[in-house]
Amino acid sequence: MLLAEQLHWPIVDTWTITRRNLLRYVRLPRLLVFSSIQPVMFLLLFNYVFGGALGASTAAAGGQYINYLLPGILIQIVMFGGVQTGIGLAEDMGKGIIDRFRSLPMSRLAVIAGRTLADVLRNVVVVGILLIVGTLLGFHFQAGFGNALAMVGIAVLFGFTLSWVFACIGLAVRDTETAQLAGFLFIFPLVFASSVFVPVQTMPTWLQPFVKNQPITQVVNAARHFALGTPANGAVWKALLWCFVILAACMPIALWLYKRRTA
Amino acid sequence: MSNAFEAKGVVKHFGKVTALDGLSLKAEQGTVFGLLGPNGAGKTTLVRMLSTLLVPDKGTVKVLGIDAVRNSQRVREVIGLAGQYAAVDEFQTGYENIYMTGRLYRLSAQEAKRRAQELLERFELTEAANRPVRTYSGGMQRRLDLCASLIGRPKILFLDEPTNGLDPKTRIDLWNIIRELVSEGTSILLTTQYLEEADELANRIAVIDQGKVIAEGTSIQLKAQLGGDMVEFVLEKDADRPAALRAVRRFASKQPAFDETGLTISVPVTNHAKSLAGIAGALDRSRIRVSSFSLHQPSLDDVFLSLTGAATKDTNQNPQRETSHAAR
Ligand SMILES: Nc1ncnc2c1ncn2[C@@H]1O[C@H](COP(=O)(O)OP(=O)(O)OP(=O)(O)O)[C@@H](O)[C@H]1O
Ligand SMILES: [Mg+2]
Repeated sequence: MLLAEQLHWPIVDTWTITRRNLLRYVRLPRLLVFSSIQPVMFLLLFNYVFGGALGASTAAAGGQYINYLLPGILIQIVMFGGVQTGIGLAEDMGKGIIDRFRSLPMSRLAVIAGRTLADVLRNVVVVGILLIVGTLLGFHFQAGFGNALAMVGIAVLFGFTLSWVFACIGLAVRDTETAQLAGFLFIFPLVFASSVFVPVQTMPTWLQPFVKNQPITQVVNAARHFALGTPANGAVWKALLWCFVILAACMPIALWLYKRRTA
Repeated sequence: MSNAFEAKGVVKHFGKVTALDGLSLKAEQGTVFGLLGPNGAGKTTLVRMLSTLLVPDKGTVKVLGIDAVRNSQRVREVIGLAGQYAAVDEFQTGYENIYMTGRLYRLSAQEAKRRAQELLERFELTEAANRPVRTYSGGMQRRLDLCASLIGRPKILFLDEPTNGLDPKTRIDLWNIIRELVSEGTSILLTTQYLEEADELANRIAVIDQGKVIAEGTSIQLKAQLGGDMVEFVLEKDADRPAALRAVRRFASKQPAFDETGLTISVPVTNHAKSLAGIAGALDRSRIRVSSFSLHQPSLDDVFLSLTGAATKDTNQNPQRETSHAAR
């Protein structure tokens, strides 16, 4: 009872801020349109440009590259969604509105949580669109409905996790362009040196230990496990562990960055 | 009763810049406190400290006796802030902005809705209430920002140059709203560049410059500090100046002064009815012709100018003043 009372206002605050951030997509629908075009373009380009060359090496995945590719692209796309969190917060920091929020008796965490939650909801929409386009390209879930949901779940959880990472970056740099550049600088090496597009075995041996153990590979392997029924080899719990560790580290850092009363 | 707000020995550096340099101020509850100062004096820095957005390097800041550094969350429950730049969301409508702020002030949904409509009405924004703020004019955004600062019924209100960019009618409307708020018991800290505004509204005024208080008191006290009334006249001929100065000397309470043209002479006087007649007669007897002759009572502008050496918006539209100040 006491806990419920204590949580009442932080939850209301978080919802108020989430609503505010979602309204932006309602008022500027082109934002949502463009943030969906990019992933669809990625899916089409990779499927048709690399599909022929890479199809053979991924024959295990039900014989079709699209089946291998889609879970990987989904993870990549929710990461891009995370970059948006950083950009959005940096933008807010640069405007007067954050001063207003910081002078209000509201929950301190709500400003960041409301942003990451709005981005989760946007990610859900984008993931839905990608699944539809993927299906048109021949993608099939191979492991049943429950596992399909689990795949969406892990993709969205990972997007949420990355949102907190980029929230830290956005709150630290307080500038949209820097937040965007820093975001992609961080994402590109991690995405390409992972199992998103190609199997790890095709990479140089010196790179393989890093690629095998970094979080994105684990998350992508977990997603493939749910989508295609390939063996998980511990990827699911490792992926979840990564998410919780990153969240546990980034939430307090983001909160601290937001609360700083220096400039 | 605790003070509305209180700053003691506050120091704040931004890198090499000293924004506040051992500043101390306090204001009683239920009053308007006017903070005057040229660009870069530290007004906004002080407001941001009192509204918990900044912490001082040294010294203490309290609002209603609550420490703004250690108990910032409790301070936030009693304050409202309208900062120097409007803090509203451009993609939300006016109503949505105010309602959101009301909810974040922890009003119930119905209360937030009712108050939002009431305030939009009071600031004549009802018609624009359902338009995205991005379509608002600058003055409308400013008014909306003021609505947002009021929705939580703050006991202490910080207004950082609230009438900046408002047209004369809206400015007077806002003055009336400020008077109403004070009569309802709200305490207000108002920064402004318009001395007329401080003169109209503030019970007490502090003039700050380079992070320090250089004068404080009621507007009457500040004007008295400058030495009361002046008789001013303009000579027709430059050559008459020495004779004119000699003629008026015995009526002057302090050394008479002339401006850079050498033609306008001001004579500080105490008993102005007697001095006015005396000076006029003395000039006439010495056959000195003047083109204008008047009694001048000091405005806050004079106080401000003599204290800070800077011109203000009321008297001087010269854009150079920003640069000349920055170069100090
Ligand atoms: N975040 C900051 N970083 C660096 N310097 C700052 C910062 N905020 C204020 N300053 C500096 O501190 C000094 C005081 O600034 P402040 O904004 O308080 O002045 P002000 O009295 O409000 O001026 P104005 O009338 O122009 O609004 C200025 O020299 C300003 O450049
Ligand atoms: Mg200012």
